[in-house]
Amino acid sequence: MTTEAATAVAFKHVSKSFGAKRILRDVSFDVPAGEALCILGRSGTGKSVTLKLIISLLKPDSGDIWIEQEEICGLKETEISRVRRKVGFLFQDAALFDSLNLYDNLALPLLRLTNKTPDEVDFVIDRVLSSVGLEGDKRKMPSELSGGMRKRAGLARALVLEPKILLADEPSSGLDRITAAEIDELLLRQKAEHNTTLIVVTHDVRGAKRVGDRIAVLDRGALIADGTVDEIVHSENEIARNLMSE
Amino acid sequence: MSNVFEVAGDVSLFGLRAVTSLFRRPIEGDQIRQQLAEVGSKSLLLVIAAGFALGAVLTLHTRSTLVTFGATAWIPTVQALAFFLEIGPLVTGLLVAGRVGSGIGAVLSNMRATEQIDAIESLSIDSFKYLVVPRIIACTIALPILTIFLDFSGVLGGFLAEYAASRLSFQMYIAQSFASFEWSNFYPPTVKTAVFGFIIGTVSAFLGYTTNEGARGVGRAATRSVVISSLLIIVIDVLLIKLIFFIFPESAI
Repeated sequence: MTTEAATAVAFKHVSKSFGAKRILRDVSFDVPAGEALCILGRSGTGKSVTLKLIISLLKPDSGDIWIEQEEICGLKETEISRVRRKVGFLFQDAALFDSLNLYDNLALPLLRLTNKTPDEVDFVIDRVLSSVGLEGDKRKMPSELSGGMRKRAGLARALVLEPKILLADEPSSGLDRITAAEIDELLLRQKAEHNTTLIVVTHDVRGAKRVGDRIAVLDRGALIADGTVDEIVHSENEIARNLMSE
Repeated sequence: MSNVFEVAGDVSLFGLRAVTSLFRRPIEGDQIRQQLAEVGSKSLLLVIAAGFALGAVLTLHTRSTLVTFGATAWIPTVQALAFFLEIGPLVTGLLVAGRVGSGIGAVLSNMRATEQIDAIESLSIDSFKYLVVPRIIACTIALPILTIFLDFSGVLGGFLAEYAASRLSFQMYIAQSFASFEWSNFYPPTVKTAVFGFIIGTVSAFLGYTTNEGARGVGRAATRSVVISSLLIIVIDVLLIKLIFFIFPESAI
């Protein structure tokens, strides 16, 4: 069974609850390969859950999730690992391993999941760190990095396996406007240079307009609007319109 | 009450999963070595100091009693048997539960709260095999070794206390300590601490790895790891002693 070839990620009627609390209700959307989708919405509307469903950290109660041409909800754990290799995840607080320095944070997946020699690993890490502006900081521990540097480091780790799809959970949260714009630039550069599909969850409307080819608006677990920035600004849905005017 | 059985079942399944994961690749040698250093080497000083102090104190107490019966010659024997049979294994288990169990609970629950475990999974790495299994293996291997250190430091502490009181020579003290000693006094009690280690590793890792209470859960996981591991060690100790007496009747004094 296959879905449209150019689709990187597809949600089909996905619902998810935690106990009695319904987080997502019958959510469907497609993200074509190479496109940037920004998911906007208030806190607790299921944005981060959406990302965790895409990378199979959570399972939906109902519905299908497709990564490229593969439906992932019925996969075994070993097969999920293979699918996850296609996806990079920038966590909200970067989630760097605090017992490892920056170099080892990036080396861990390379040494375990690839056949690269130590020299090749060094080369890849230098290249990725240089692309996010952290080339001089690879021996630093996560506790020695500022908020912006931690986000860049988290982005570097998400990119180190060269994923086709990059998920970013609140990439600008806790950052000043200039640093947030720098992170957005890094995301856009990754998309432009490697044709990476971006799915960005954010509160930051300004950032969403800057990064997103399309915007999806979640409210109380339901997808209430999905379209280009212009389409959402002129949406019939008042909540979506109000959100974009913030 | 049903909740207690539910948690006991979950912990048992967690331990079983760790045992079955042991035989799957990758072996996680680096992580096991790192955790052995954390559990073993870093606990060594505490264990030796505790054993030494306990040995000295136990001798001082038993001496004052045995003097009244004119049985001071039995002090080294009593001391060695007490340490190798029970004090060493139990005290080492409780010390490690306090030092290491709380650490495992706190580290893993912090990793859960800060999404580090999710990050490991997102990188296609089996977080259970990478984080949990090496900690359980390290506890299981390190406990018997630490117990031997505590046993001998207890004997040494006892000797120094006895030497201060009676000027008994070291050779004489050791000869009397192990005069009526049999392998069954050494092997089963020492090996049973591997079970204590498995309990500490499994319970602490379970409480840390499965928590979902955010930052608040870190302190709770650390405290509960110590309390539950210690209680289980005490209860299991009684059962294991009965089992040892059944298998090695000669070890029952």
